[in-house]
Formats: sequence, structure tokens, C-alpha cells
Amino acid sequence: MVAVRDIIITGLLLGGVFALVSVGLSLEYGVARVLNVAHGEFIMLGAFLTFWLFSSVNLNPLVSILVSGVFIFVIGWFLHSTLFRRLMDSSPSLEVFEGQSMLASFGLLYVVQNIARLIWGSQTHQVLFLSRTVTGAQIPLNRLVSLGVVIVIGGAFYFFLARTRMGKAIRASAQDPTTAGLMGVNIHTVLAICFGLGLAMAGIAGTLISTVYAIQTNMGLQYTVIAMIVVVLGGLGSISGAMIGGVILGIVSQLVTYFQPTMTFIAYYAIFIVLLLVRPKGIMGK
Amino acid sequence: MRTTTFTRTRIVSLVVLAAIFVVLALLPTFYHGYWITEITDILRYAVLTVGWVIFSGPTGYMSLATAAFFGLGFYIAAVFNGPLPFVLVIIISGAIAFIVAMLVGALTLRLRGVYFAIFTFALVLLVNSVVLEVERLVTGTRGRFVEQESTNVAYWAMLIVFAFTLVCAVAIRRSRYGLALQSIGEYEEAAAHSGINVVRTKVLIFATSAFFMGMAGAIIATRRSYIDPGIAFNMNTSFLPVLMAMFGGMGNLVGPVVGAAVFTYLGDYLLSHIPDLFMLIFGVVLILAILFMPNGIIGLAQQAWRKIRGGGGKQLESEPEGGRRAPAGR
Amino acid sequence: MHLLEGEQVTKHFGGLAAVADVDFYVDEGEILGLIGPNGAGKTTLFNLISAALSPTHGKISYKGREITGLAPHQICRLGIARTFQTVKIFPHVPVVRNVMVGSLFGTGRRTSEGEALKKAEAALDFVDLTPLRDVPAGDLTLANQKRLEVARALATDPHLLLLDELMAGLTHTEITEAMGDIGQIRGRGITVIMIEHVMHAIMGTCDRIIVLDHGRKIAEGTPAEIAVNQQVIECYLGQDTSGDEEDAGS
Repeated sequence: MVAVRDIIITGLLLGGVFALVSVGLSLEYGVARVLNVAHGEFIMLGAFLTFWLFSSVNLNPLVSILVSGVFIFVIGWFLHSTLFRRLMDSSPSLEVFEGQSMLASFGLLYVVQNIARLIWGSQTHQVLFLSRTVTGAQIPLNRLVSLGVVIVIGGAFYFFLARTRMGKAIRASAQDPTTAGLMGVNIHTVLAICFGLGLAMAGIAGTLISTVYAIQTNMGLQYTVIAMIVVVLGGLGSISGAMIGGVILGIVSQLVTYFQPTMTFIAYYAIFIVLLLVRPKGIMGK
Repeated sequence: MRTTTFTRTRIVSLVVLAAIFVVLALLPTFYHGYWITEITDILRYAVLTVGWVIFSGPTGYMSLATAAFFGLGFYIAAVFNGPLPFVLVIIISGAIAFIVAMLVGALTLRLRGVYFAIFTFALVLLVNSVVLEVERLVTGTRGRFVEQESTNVAYWAMLIVFAFTLVCAVAIRRSRYGLALQSIGEYEEAAAHSGINVVRTKVLIFATSAFFMGMAGAIIATRRSYIDPGIAFNMNTSFLPVLMAMFGGMGNLVGPVVGAAVFTYLGDYLLSHIPDLFMLIFGVVLILAILFMPNGIIGLAQQAWRKIRGGGGKQLESEPEGGRRAPAGR
Repeated sequence: MHLLEGEQVTKHFGGLAAVADVDFYVDEGEILGLIGPNGAGKTTLFNLISAALSPTHGKISYKGREITGLAPHQICRLGIARTFQTVKIFPHVPVVRNVMVGSLFGTGRRTSEGEALKKAEAALDFVDLTPLRDVPAGDLTLANQKRLEVARALATDPHLLLLDELMAGLTHTEITEAMGDIGQIRGRGITVIMIEHVMHAIMGTCDRIIVLDHGRKIAEGTPAEIAVNQQVIECYLGQDTSGDEEDAGS
């Protein structure tokens, strides 16, 4: 029983992080149409920024959330306004743009990962933060805090999408960019903000990950793959689907890890295949 | 099937091509040194890139599974080279890559383009974990020692596989499959309603391209003494052929080969001189290449050539077709 | 035995029935018209026949053999060819090779490339596109792209041809030409089912008309019978006529 409870709680925590990562990718792909292979690199960047601030000026990781969120948002906004916007203007069709932007994101992957490696090397680091366990449960406090942060950010983001003007513009653009453009939405600004937000989510997830797990400059790719699986699981472009998918994958991951850690990835893939075959549009796909 | 009337140009280029092959084949008999290894490496990427272009070029389905098929061959060579003759190992590697690709293709090639890219992307990591798991359960080891082949044997083997890949690629392009693949890439639904068995065609050609990748993997493995799944299934092996094909241009088969040669040579050069900055520079070059030469080197050269001749000239081969897909959704 | 026969053909999308319990048939040598307001399920019915979609229930038979459950390429090879409401050509492929796709893969027999080329050229000649044979199909005008689709379909040696809004977006002269073409297609022994909004074209060309509304068959008969059918008139009058039927009723 204790085992089951622990699996569920850790699964939820991990699932929350996965959800954050996936919502980010979903914004980048579902709205801005960039299948960003470098997504995980910004998780890594968030994690290392946190580590760096923590080890140099002893900055509380909870504050780093803000720092890495804003910093990486600006990077994303800049990348979209220069690189991806240019590609979008020069591509004859959406399909060509999707291909080109995906390849450009390979380039980003190499650039970001190697800059990080030049700065921080390739050894393993860890941020020791709130690693004591809470009385009565075997759950370290940092995980609970992380879950809390995920819930707050998820809620805030939901509110942002549902209530604010920009949120509505984003939802409109996700549905139909052309019409949204006609309705007076400045599509380039919206897409740049979406891309920035997507990366910021990755950065924030990175901060949270750094407080719980050991980090390495080559950690990004595995999260990218997980995010892609989750996004397909939830339905390409569906924000709520990405959230649900993330939580499901987190719990599955913990379950499998409990029995046989090396099988985790195989389990992800099995779910992925079954879902693609049974319901290719994803859980929340239209 | 291409009704080209440039027969003289064609004969000349065939003679040049044959001459290049003869020189390459005889190279190790009078030269021993660095270039044998370097050319083996170039040929490896040429095989992977041409193999990738065979399927992904005309159809626009971006496969990122190259590392999975290459890695399978790599691993099979590690297990069987020595007990079995090298030639047989190469063929078995190709065959197993072919079969795995058939299975994967049958499962995934019904899906839309993006799903396919994601699926193949994850496939590399899946095969990696499956091999790790099998090794853990069966042998309890993490890696393997490989029965090595000499530099020259690996070189010749790679040259033969490269020639074979190139011939097959040309043959497929000119056959009915060439037209079928291109029409699938341009409008899959229309292709199906015009009588093309789209699933079978895609799966078959996808598996064929995997065959070459598997063989290349088997040869490269024998140049190492020790391997583990992490080395065999390196994600870069999936990315590089895509970049090389993009860089060279996919309108014809010269582009991918040139792209592979330039990239591999530059890569190895940078890697030996500034190993720390290599991948960084690589990434920057890649982004710049996509931004400023979307049709690749060959496309750029063709453009320049047309400009020199004063325009109006017909394109020699077909126009760039990579990545250009009409929506296949219903 | 009818050439093509559908029994109780039904297709649901989610909770919505796009086609509901439609019985239909077409006989050898006939030209059958399929009309109805937008969203009546006409194209869905074509998609069901050509296996782009599979029916929720019901059964479609061709030459006495059930064809539900086959794949699109199999349907094509059996002799049922189609065109599309929005043209689906291979834009970067030269015109003649667009048609060759049909003659090479769609006939149901192993065809040599030389033979396929001849057949493609003949089909191009039939639709008067021979002068444009080497142009990339994407560079053609809409009217010519529609002709190209017809040529590609004809190159598969069909017994039954499904034409989906062949005349939409064409000029008056082009419509008259297209009507002539359809007559000639029948002259070659090919049975035709056509979806059309251009009323005078359908009334002048078809032997028999089926009217769909909200997925159901509401009328069937000769053009003369349909023209006076009260239910059909109501259905068309009740509908907003500002849609894409530029030419309706003229």
C-alpha cells in the first residue's frame, strides 16, 4: 500500500513536470508550427541557470523560476522573430515550413547544447534544495514544492489562455491562423509570444527538474522525446491534452520504474504505438 | 523512364563516374594513409544520406530512424563478425534492418507526416533500450568487443555498398516506383485513388533504404574494438544524413553525395582541430544553410548556372522536391 | 444486375449522420446525377464508394461483388475512377506523368511503361491537353487542372467514373465544353456518376438524378420528374442560395 501511494505521488510529481514540458512543446508546435527538436535543450538551460545562480550567488531555486522563465522567454521570442519568422515568410507552404523549421531546430539543439557544454562542462551537477523528507511520507519536500509550482503555473496559464486578450488571440491562432490574422490579430507577435512561452515552460520545468534530479548538459534530448510522445498522446496542438498526457505518462513511468527501471522507455513507446494505432488523433484530438 | 535526350552528356558522366570508381577501388593498392579512413567515413555518410533520400526525398516523410537501422547493423556486426564471415554479416545486417523497417513502416506509415517524424525519432531510443535490456537479460553485459577488419577491407566493403546503394537509388528513381513515390509525396490521397498501393510502396521503399543503412553500420562497427548501445544508436546518425541531404540538395542524387562529402570532411577536420567548438559551428552552419540556401549547394549551383547562361534553360533533373508535400489529411 | 449498387449506406461522423440509409444504383452506360444542398452528403457518398472512407454500415457492390472494405487503390483497379471537388493533382510533376500515374498503376493489369505512356497521351489528347504535356501540373489553370484530373481518371481504364463538381468555378464556355466531354465519355462505354451544382448542366446531361438532403435520399427520377418534385423545390428554396452555386437554376 505504501508502495502504491508512493508511486502515485511521485508519478503525479513527475507527471506535472512532463505536463509543463509538453504544454510548452504543444505551444511551439500546435500554434507556432515549429516541431522544436531543441525543446529539451531549453529545459537543460533552465536547469543549469538555476544551478549556476544557486552555486554562485546562492539564489533560491524558487526565485530562479522567474529568472529562467523570463530569460528563456526572451530567447524564444527573439528566435521566433528572427529565424522562424524569416523561414515562415520564405516557405511556399505550411508543410515546407514545418520541415524547414524542424531542421533549423536541430541546429539550435547543437548550438544551445554546445554553448552549455563549453560553460558548464559535461559532468553531472545537482542543486541540493529542500531534499529532506516530510515527516510521515517518504516524499522529499522538493518534489512537493515542485508539484505545487506546476499546479500554480498550470492554473495561471489556463487563466491566461481563457481570460486575457492575448490568450484568446493565441487560441484563435491555434484554430486558424489565416482567419485570426484577418480578425486583426497580429499573427507574428502572437506566434513569437507563443514560441517564447513554450520555451519558458521548458525553462521553468528545467528549474524544477534541477531541484529534484541530477543534471547534465546532454539531458535535453530525452525530455524532448518524452514531450513529443506526450503531445501526440494528448493530440497535436491540444493544450489540455498535453496536460493530461503528461500526468498519465508520469504515473506510468513511476509504475514501470518501480518494477524494472530499464524498461521505462520501452513502456513509453508501447503506449505511444498503441495509442497511435487506436486513436491517432490523441486523447483530446478533434 | 526519364526521356532525357542528353545522351552524350550522359555517356560522358557515366564514363567519369566509372573512372572515379576505378580510381577509388585501386587507391589502397598504391596509397596507405589517412585518406583511406577518411574516404571510408565519407562513403558511410554518402550511403546513409542517399539511403535516406531514396525514401524521404520524394515522399517528404521525414524519417529520423537512420540511427536505428545503422545501429542495428552496427550491433549485429559486433555479435556475429568473427563467427560468421564478414560478407555474410554485412548482408544479415542489411536484411535485419530491412525486416525491422518493414514492421515499423507497416505500423507507422499509415500516419501523417509529423507523427511519422516523431515516431521514428523515438524509435532510435526504443531500439537502444531494447538492445540494452536484451543484453542485460541474456549476457549481463553493457557492451561488446568487436572482431575488427583491416582498414582496407572496410574501405572496399564500404565502396561496394556505396556503389550498390547508388545504383539502386538510380534504378528506383527511374522505375515506376520513382513516379509512385513522387506522387505520394505530392498528393497521397490522389495517388491512392489513381491506383497506387501507397502503404505497400512506402513500406517497401522505407525498408529498402534501411537495408543500405544496416549494411553501412555493420562495416563501420568493424573499425572499432569495443561498442555499446550508446555508441551504436547515436542520435546524430539520424540527424546528419538529413542535414547532408538538405545541404547538398535533394533534386538529384549528386546533391546528397556532395553534401555528405563536404559535411563529413569539414566535420572531421573541425573535429580534429577544434573539437570543443565543432558541434557549435556545425549547428550555426546548419541554421545559416537552411536560411540562405533552402535548395542546397546543388540548387545554388544550378541557380548560378542558369544565371550565367542567361536563364531560360531547362532544369537538368527535376526540381527540388524535398519536403514539399501537399496536405495528406482527409 | 446493376453496375454499382449501394444498400442502406450510412456514414456517421461522431453523432452526425453525413449519409443515412441511402439506397442507390447505377446501370451500365447511364449518367447518374447526384444533387443536393451543401452538406447533403454527396461527396461523402463518393468517398464511401471510392473507399476514401468506410461506411458505418451498409453495403456497396460493384458488378455483383461487395467492395466495402477494400482500399482506394483496389477500387481504382477494379474500374472505378474519380475526380475531386478540390483538384488533387501532383503539382511538380509534368502533366503527362500525372496521367501516367493512372495508366501505370490504376488499370489493374501489369502495364509496361511504353504502353502506359501511350495511354496517357491518348487520355491527354481526349481532354485537349497535349500541347501542355511537359508543363508542371501546378502551373495549369483551374479548368485545365480539372481536365487533367479527368485524363488521369480515364487513363485507369474505368468502367465507372465519379465526377465531383467538375464544373464548379468554370466559365460558361468551359461548362458547355465539359458537358460535351461527359457525353463523349459515355460514348466510350463509361458509366458516369456526377455531383454538380450547375443545374442546367445536370438537367441536360443526366439520365437519372438522385437528390440528397441532410444525408438522406429525398427524391430520385428523370430530370423532368426532379424539376417538378415538390420536396426538391422546397429543399432548394428553403436553403440560402447565396452559397457557391453561382449558376444554380440558370
